[in-house]
Amino acid sequence: MSGHSTFQPKNRVVKWVEERLPIFSLMHGQFIAFPTPKNLNYWWTFGGILSVMLVVQIVTGIVLVMHYAPNTMVAFDSIEHIMRDVNWGWLLRYLHSNGASMFFIAVYIHIFRGLYYGSYKSPREILWILGVVIYLLMMATGFMGYVLPWGQMSFWGATVITNLFSAIPLVGETIVTWLWGGFSVDNPTLNRFFSLHYLLPFILAAVVGLHVWALHVVGQNNPAGVEPKSEKDTVPFTPFATLKDGFGIIAFLIFYSWFVFYLPNYLGHPDNYTLANPLKTPAHIVPEWYYLPFYAILRAIPDKLGGVIAMFAAILVLFFLPWLDTSKVRSTRYRPLYKQFFWVLVVVSVLLGWLGAKPAEGIYVILARICTVYYFAHFLVILPLLGLIEKPKPLPASISEAVLAKHKGGAGAASAAANAPETRG
Amino acid sequence: MKNRILSVLGGALAVAGITLVLGMSNGALASGGGHSPEKQSWSFAGPFGHYDKAQLQRGFQVFKEICSGCHSMKYVAFRNLAQPGGPELTEDEAKAIAAEYSVMDGPNADGEMFERPAKLSDRWPSPFPNDEAAKVANSGAVPPDFSLLAKARAPERGFPWFVFDIFTTYQENGPDYIYALLHGYHDEAPHGVEIPDGLYYNAYFVGGPAIAMAKPIDDGMVEYADGTEPTLENYSKDVAAFMMWAAEPSLNKRKKVGTAAILYLIVLAGLVYLAKRRVWSSVDH
Repeated sequence: MSGHSTFQPKNRVVKWVEERLPIFSLMHGQFIAFPTPKNLNYWWTFGGILSVMLVVQIVTGIVLVMHYAPNTMVAFDSIEHIMRDVNWGWLLRYLHSNGASMFFIAVYIHIFRGLYYGSYKSPREILWILGVVIYLLMMATGFMGYVLPWGQMSFWGATVITNLFSAIPLVGETIVTWLWGGFSVDNPTLNRFFSLHYLLPFILAAVVGLHVWALHVVGQNNPAGVEPKSEKDTVPFTPFATLKDGFGIIAFLIFYSWFVFYLPNYLGHPDNYTLANPLKTPAHIVPEWYYLPFYAILRAIPDKLGGVIAMFAAILVLFFLPWLDTSKVRSTRYRPLYKQFFWVLVVVSVLLGWLGAKPAEGIYVILARICTVYYFAHFLVILPLLGLIEKPKPLPASISEAVLAKHKGGAGAASAAANAPETRG
Repeated sequence: MKNRILSVLGGALAVAGITLVLGMSNGALASGGGHSPEKQSWSFAGPFGHYDKAQLQRGFQVFKEICSGCHSMKYVAFRNLAQPGGPELTEDEAKAIAAEYSVMDGPNADGEMFERPAKLSDRWPSPFPNDEAAKVANSGAVPPDFSLLAKARAPERGFPWFVFDIFTTYQENGPDYIYALLHGYHDEAPHGVEIPDGLYYNAYFVGGPAIAMAKPIDDGMVEYADGTEPTLENYSKDVAAFMMWAAEPSLNKRKKVGTAAILYLIVLAGLVYLAKRRVWSSVDH
């Protein structure tokens, strides 16, 4: 793992440690000397942004737990205690609740970047699969976290989602009782969700460690989709990638701050400011926005068990993506057909998200069904076939050649445009 | 040729998708039952907004004289009335108001519960001892607690408005709704709308059109201490602003700190960007 390091300790203490535990050369190799493709664009900064968000969530979460009480009698009150009485409590809570949404915004961009540039293809299959595992852990963590304030949506969201497991034949009811720790969502449910909401982020952090390890073994993909051929194709991680990622991270923090300070409740549901009431069902039960596409798929299937299977399959299909895509070409830049289908998938996914927030009736159901069929067709039919019929554009011989070709095209079109910060950045 | 046909097909699908979203959202708006509240202008709207102290004091007066007869406000303590960023009464004024109420305390050394005048640290006393008592006294409906109501009631905005709201930082759905609700009472329900006995028609009520609360306030019912005109228009605006404060007492500080934080980040981003450009200028990328 420390293969890239040219680190020679000068300080005696550092040298002493290094001989016993080569942690300095490891850090040097991974975060300073690590060769980074020189043509990475800003879509590649989302990996760094996600690491920052994970740290923000863990740090704010740990402090929130110092003031929160996981008991149905006082959970809602303890949130209001944080908002009103704890110094900077409102900031901690808004950072954490909006941070979850930001985490998902960044991860969706990160995933679609991987889809666009074929980052899941050989030799990055395991890197991709670990990413899907992280995504699943995020969904579980986010879901349980939303239950903790014990508002109306917390309670009814938990009821609806845990009830899904009752669709499993024979053992379904038993599983649900076991999940709840009783015969309805109640105090035992809140307690275990709290416990798991605290545990899962650390497991998530460990898988992120594996994800970064796998990344540093195979190296980063890049917009050209061809592996670096010589030293001319790469730059050292520091200062090049650190500064570029640093800029991306700060820009993302501005976006995050906009919500935390000016729109703190925009992404939440107003019903969650009402204490959970098992006797009063809200008119529309909607999950958090980041689950909506899957919620739409769930409700698109007329059969309960079928809906549950489809919902989980929609995520599981991503595990098989490296083998479902039969094209050898990574970057969409050189795949004219796939490019169209990529954008259709983006539109369909957004549409599914919107439909997930609408009541399951009339035209919405029909549209959700069409989108669901298309979603699966994209992965199971279009991708395997496309690799066989598509004629890719000629690939550049190296990253340097791709960079040269890009600059020539820019200069030919308009010299002013070539000087614009986006093209030079 | 095949490529072109497929790409045209792909493009057409994308366009169809977007058109559908736009088309349907109009349908959704048209069929969206109840009236959606009109936007009012609030001093606390936007990135630089902050509460109007005088307005919160008037709103508090309306709450105290009218609303608090039936509605609780259990997360707000008397001391909050004197905190910065709120109605900002003086500590003595807040103490005097607290002393008007009595709360149950104890047990004392003899094991007896006892009543005593409220102190700054006490929460606002609820008008009913429990939900059942509140229900019996209010034709079967519990008057909702005021502490969070301005955040717990926010009619859905629908596409595309919710997109614009991100840029305009619109978070005032709650007070807009409360204002509208207080203006939504009519003596006669519109033709064809059945209102059960003991309930009232309200054009804006989310669970409507029948609401258990009778028209709670009208022109001239509260005499403002600061001489502001005693109209329903003023009452409803002031009490809605007061309820927003009760639900979000840290708004002033949040927006002020937020603006400083964002400005700091913008400057930092600029510096990092310049450093990044300088470093990358040696590499063709």
